[in-house]
Amino acid sequence: MLLNLKTLSLAAVLAVWGGTSALALDAATVRAEVAKGTPADKIGLMIAQKMDAIDDGFGDSEATLKMYLRNAQGEESTREMRNKTLEAADKSVGDKTLIIFDEPRDVAGTAFLTFTKILEPDDQWLYLPALKRVKRISSKNKSGPFMGSEFAYEDIGSQEVGKFGYAYVKEEPCDGAKSCFVVERVPLYENSGYTKQVVWVDAERFIPLKLDFYDRKKDLLKTQTFEGYKQYLGQYWRAGNFKMVNHQNAKSTDLTFGEYQFRIGLEDSDFTTDKLKRAR
Amino acid sequence: MTLQQTNLSVPAKRVTTTATVAALCAAAVMPAWAVEVTGFSAAELRLFTEKPAFAGQKKGSGLSAVLQPEFYHRTEDGLNTFAFTPFVRFDRNDTDRSHADIRELSWIHTADDWEVMAGMGKVFWGVMETKHVVDIINQTDSVEDVDGEDKLGQPMVQGAIFRDWGTLRGFVMPYFREQTFPSRDGRLRGGIPVAADSPTYDGGLKQRTPDLALRYNHTLGDWDIGLAHFHGTSREARLLLGADGGGRASLIPHYDRIDQTSVDVQLTSDAWLWKMEAFTRSGQAERFNAVSAGLEYTFYQVYQTDADLGALLELHRDDRATTAPFNPLDEDAFAGVRLTMSDVDDTTLLAGIMVDTNDKDRAFSAEFSKRIGQRWKVEADARFYFAASPSSGLGSFRDDDHIIFRLSRYF
Repeated sequence: MLLNLKTLSLAAVLAVWGGTSALALDAATVRAEVAKGTPADKIGLMIAQKMDAIDDGFGDSEATLKMYLRNAQGEESTREMRNKTLEAADKSVGDKTLIIFDEPRDVAGTAFLTFTKILEPDDQWLYLPALKRVKRISSKNKSGPFMGSEFAYEDIGSQEVGKFGYAYVKEEPCDGAKSCFVVERVPLYENSGYTKQVVWVDAERFIPLKLDFYDRKKDLLKTQTFEGYKQYLGQYWRAGNFKMVNHQNAKSTDLTFGEYQFRIGLEDSDFTTDKLKRAR
Repeated sequence: MTLQQTNLSVPAKRVTTTATVAALCAAAVMPAWAVEVTGFSAAELRLFTEKPAFAGQKKGSGLSAVLQPEFYHRTEDGLNTFAFTPFVRFDRNDTDRSHADIRELSWIHTADDWEVMAGMGKVFWGVMETKHVVDIINQTDSVEDVDGEDKLGQPMVQGAIFRDWGTLRGFVMPYFREQTFPSRDGRLRGGIPVAADSPTYDGGLKQRTPDLALRYNHTLGDWDIGLAHFHGTSREARLLLGADGGGRASLIPHYDRIDQTSVDVQLTSDAWLWKMEAFTRSGQAERFNAVSAGLEYTFYQVYQTDADLGALLELHRDDRATTAPFNPLDEDAFAGVRLTMSDVDDTTLLAGIMVDTNDKDRAFSAEFSKRIGQRWKVEADARFYFAASPSSGLGSFRDDDHIIFRLSRYF
């Protein structure tokens, strides 16, 4: 009994320490760890945990999204949608998201509900307004294109720490910040289309500025850049624009975010198949 | 993801007045300044490859036009929505295919853990792709398409509660909608046309006898489960030989009161969807049962392209007596493929063959759709019937092979 209590309290102390230390991490600490010769995977994970910790507690959010798809000939088509996110209270699962499509018009009213998991497959449902039908769909298709764009499902899904293995690479100057930590991450979940991703993290703000994707043949496939960051509620950074360029097919997609709102009072009961039918 | 949509689908005379009333109601409840207007219009060409089998049927291609606007308003607090969706089709060849309907005229109030809906609307139940076994709330708009996916708006009041243990939804349907049938000059009908306008009902009941339904659905991990009971007038009519108003031989639809208890289940695991729907029904000759089961497996990004290829297999059984409403899918197997290109235009193709394992009838169908630009969509549906004999289940469709081309403009 006593032993149990002790183990419990130790675990609790560790948990609190883990949480605060992740948030307390700064550029100087990272540099000190590098100088000390701390293993690359440990430093990589520390950076990922810090990136996650600064985003902790946003609660829920809503935004409007526009996607501009361009092919190699420069022809453009657009997508418009709204996104609702509910942060997971339970850290063993990921966030819940709801996407409602407005453009193109033939898919207007279609809605897409995802319960993100860490390593398990996500739960996903699609609502087809013409048939008034909710369809549970397979979430195996992580690497497939989202709405015909250069973003794969796994690129737009919630980026949970536990989804990747990490390795710190180096620190170097970068666009959009004085200095960036370069971290490699390898997807640990099944059915990823990538063997590796390389992320450039702003050393001051701990937000991603650039992301390289390597395909199953380990060739550079795409580069995503994060632009127009704004801070909300004095804490949470959100990019105004994701630019995705595919190096292999010369196509690109811009994904812009607008009308961000936080803590609007969304709850689990807003992310159900019944509410999906009324989402519109 | 396939954001696939099929075109939505009250006989014309009755509807003109209903529509006027409805439009006035809608105008009254929806403040003009906040109404969102969307919808589509379409031009459709239905090409029959053979001469018609029966006297009276018009030859050649059927040209028609469709309009379905949608007026929608959501109150500031987001809790109430009003929707009005009229539908109209003009068909050059088939007088009964020219028809109008109110697909939706509804008020929905959605709270945290409950919901009420009143008006006309559509409700879908089920999981299968090639036969909608348990789907019973709405009457099928049979003249729209043979796939049974186009429905007439159903007047109803719905109430639902959302709980940890699932969703419970009750329906009261005060007015019965009669099935639509092709006219004497139309294709895709039986040898004797149906006098859709002069049906009979069980025991002198009428269209105003209310129908009741209760449905429970829940998600448990990878399982999505639905249980339902329906007490009311059968959406499927028995067709009895009689005469129409002009004294010509016709089939008279007879609608029975039935009780139907149903279950529908889907298991989603990896790239597999395992599906099952079943019901037991009393009220039409002897109690009978229907069960359908199937699967869909998807190969994602085949041959290193963005395209997904799904394989579908569905089996249908129904042990109803010959005196019950006719059901061609009594002992049938469907095998098909779904190709989703995952391209900018959402190009998709669903094709397959349905085989009646009893009388050896076969039906081939293919549905293709592709968006053009931001506002247009082209679709082509092909259906070919290989009837074992003129008297077999598909016998009356033996000369009705057709291809439909549809061009839709969304707004």
